[in-house]
Amino acid sequence: MNRERIERATLRGLHGFGLLLFIFLVAFPFYWMVVASLKPLILLAMNPLDLWLTPGELTIRAFQEVWLQFRFGSYFANSAYVSALTVLLTVTLATFGAYTIARLRFRGRMFLSRSILAIYMFPAIVIAVPMYALYTNFGLRNDLHGLILIYLAQTLPVAIYMLHSYFKTLPPTLEEAGLIDGCSRLMVIRRITIPLSLPAIASVALYTFMIAWNEFLFAFLFLDSPSKFTLSRGIMQIADNVNVSQQLLMAAAVIATVPVIALFLIFERYLVRGLTAGAVKA
Amino acid sequence: MADRKTPDSTKNSRDLTREPPRIPSRRGPTLAQREQRLAYFLLGPPSLFVLALILFPALWNFWLAFHKVRLLDLRRFAWWELEATVTNFITVFLHHDLWPALRATLLYSTGGTLLALLMGLGAAMMVHRRFRGSGLVRGAFLIPYIAPIVAVAFAWRFILNPRGVLMAGLLGAGILEQPINLLSQRPWAMISLVAFEGWRYFPFDFLFILARLQAIPEVFYEAAAVDGATPLQKFLYITLPQLKLVLATLFLLRFMWTFNKFDDVFLVTRGTAGTRVLTIKVYDFLIGEFNVGAGAAMAVFLFAVLGFLLWVYFKLVMRRAEQE
Repeated sequence: MNRERIERATLRGLHGFGLLLFIFLVAFPFYWMVVASLKPLILLAMNPLDLWLTPGELTIRAFQEVWLQFRFGSYFANSAYVSALTVLLTVTLATFGAYTIARLRFRGRMFLSRSILAIYMFPAIVIAVPMYALYTNFGLRNDLHGLILIYLAQTLPVAIYMLHSYFKTLPPTLEEAGLIDGCSRLMVIRRITIPLSLPAIASVALYTFMIAWNEFLFAFLFLDSPSKFTLSRGIMQIADNVNVSQQLLMAAAVIATVPVIALFLIFERYLVRGLTAGAVKA
Repeated sequence: MADRKTPDSTKNSRDLTREPPRIPSRRGPTLAQREQRLAYFLLGPPSLFVLALILFPALWNFWLAFHKVRLLDLRRFAWWELEATVTNFITVFLHHDLWPALRATLLYSTGGTLLALLMGLGAAMMVHRRFRGSGLVRGAFLIPYIAPIVAVAFAWRFILNPRGVLMAGLLGAGILEQPINLLSQRPWAMISLVAFEGWRYFPFDFLFILARLQAIPEVFYEAAAVDGATPLQKFLYITLPQLKLVLATLFLLRFMWTFNKFDDVFLVTRGTAGTRVLTIKVYDFLIGEFNVGAGAAMAVFLFAVLGFLLWVYFKLVMRRAEQE
């Protein structure tokens, strides 16, 4: 009994301490990012440990400058365009594709459902070398649509995998009823499967948005002209500029971070359920 | 994970649509034929994208690795008439820092994967039992993973800077007497990088471990309590064995992804001070020297090493974890 009591007390202490430590570790870089974007660099350089947001010291000048002079308004629009189109196309194609793998019988089905995740084996940098050459030849390199095509190829396998494991948890009897009542397959998908799967579809949409919005490597390698930059590419651009202060850079980072976190907080419940649905076996 | 799901998936669909009677009809294709046609129609576009934009480049990469191609060649003349050669591989293998790069890659991917896994396990254990605000904490734990990599990498760079907040804190507390440049001094650059990987990717492990934790039947713990097991014993003899498969799978996935990772290293340490990993070398060949062929050969080398490691891992770990 003694050992039990000691362990319990230790665990309770560890639990409280660990929780605080984790919350601090997770939150601190983001909090610092916000402070550094609002506080003039001189103040932060003089006293790096003073991280309070004192009202009189704060200024949103960095945000104005980044948004207007450094064209982050247009980078934001580019990122939004790329992400929206990627989400729209991925969700549409993945819904039908996942339904097909979950429910329809066709030759090659086993092979497909087994090889979906093998795509993970190929690192982005390996794809990047030939795609750079290929896109240069086709004139797609400095083009947002070329980027969207790559994002589609990257997100579709995961999206199909996530949705297909969700579809398999739905009772097939509902669809059978629809088929017997004279619905075509496509009508069944539209009228029965999609309405029942909205949480999973929302989570796939959020996941795809995250990938497209945050993507760095291809945007960095492929985009040349500032009028086509996404936010990630734009941040790299100003980071190379010696005249740009830490404050400006952090303002840009905040601009890039806020939309994903906001969307995540709104749709969080769906994302967690959708990501782990069927992926972890009991 | 995918493999183990397929057997029951086939069974499901057989139940759904029984083998339709093959009665030749004047009205055209049978139900099964129509279904097959629809399947190809619906899966066509996504397959095409993946084929054209992932599989084809990955295969073409092999071709490029065996030819002396520079970036300009691909624009100008008939590059497909080039002759096959192994020069690129010689360039890669004789390159002075190939082996240090391989060592850095192994250190980085093993360290980063393990740290993220441990942090994920710790985080999941802490919020497994509900308490006031646990939902909020669970959500908050995912945020490092969803923020743009460029944004968080720059924030870390400023925080770890010799004149940044971390050094100010450590010097102020008297823990250090001299500031350390954590991003460009050996071995600190690698340690910082591994810490960054743990911080950014533990949410992924956390999510899956938590889901698995909640699927462990409560009766196991009740039975153990009856037998007088202490909390530590419960963790060691019930929780850990139950988590074995998910931990082994997460290690595999994350190792693979970290091994192939370019963005994080490029952004956080720029590949300096012992953090020049293989993916950075690919980039150096491609962008630094415009040598597409050598870049491709480097990528093939990367792929081969990863393939070998995965094979070993499957032989040694995954098979055992799945059997139990």
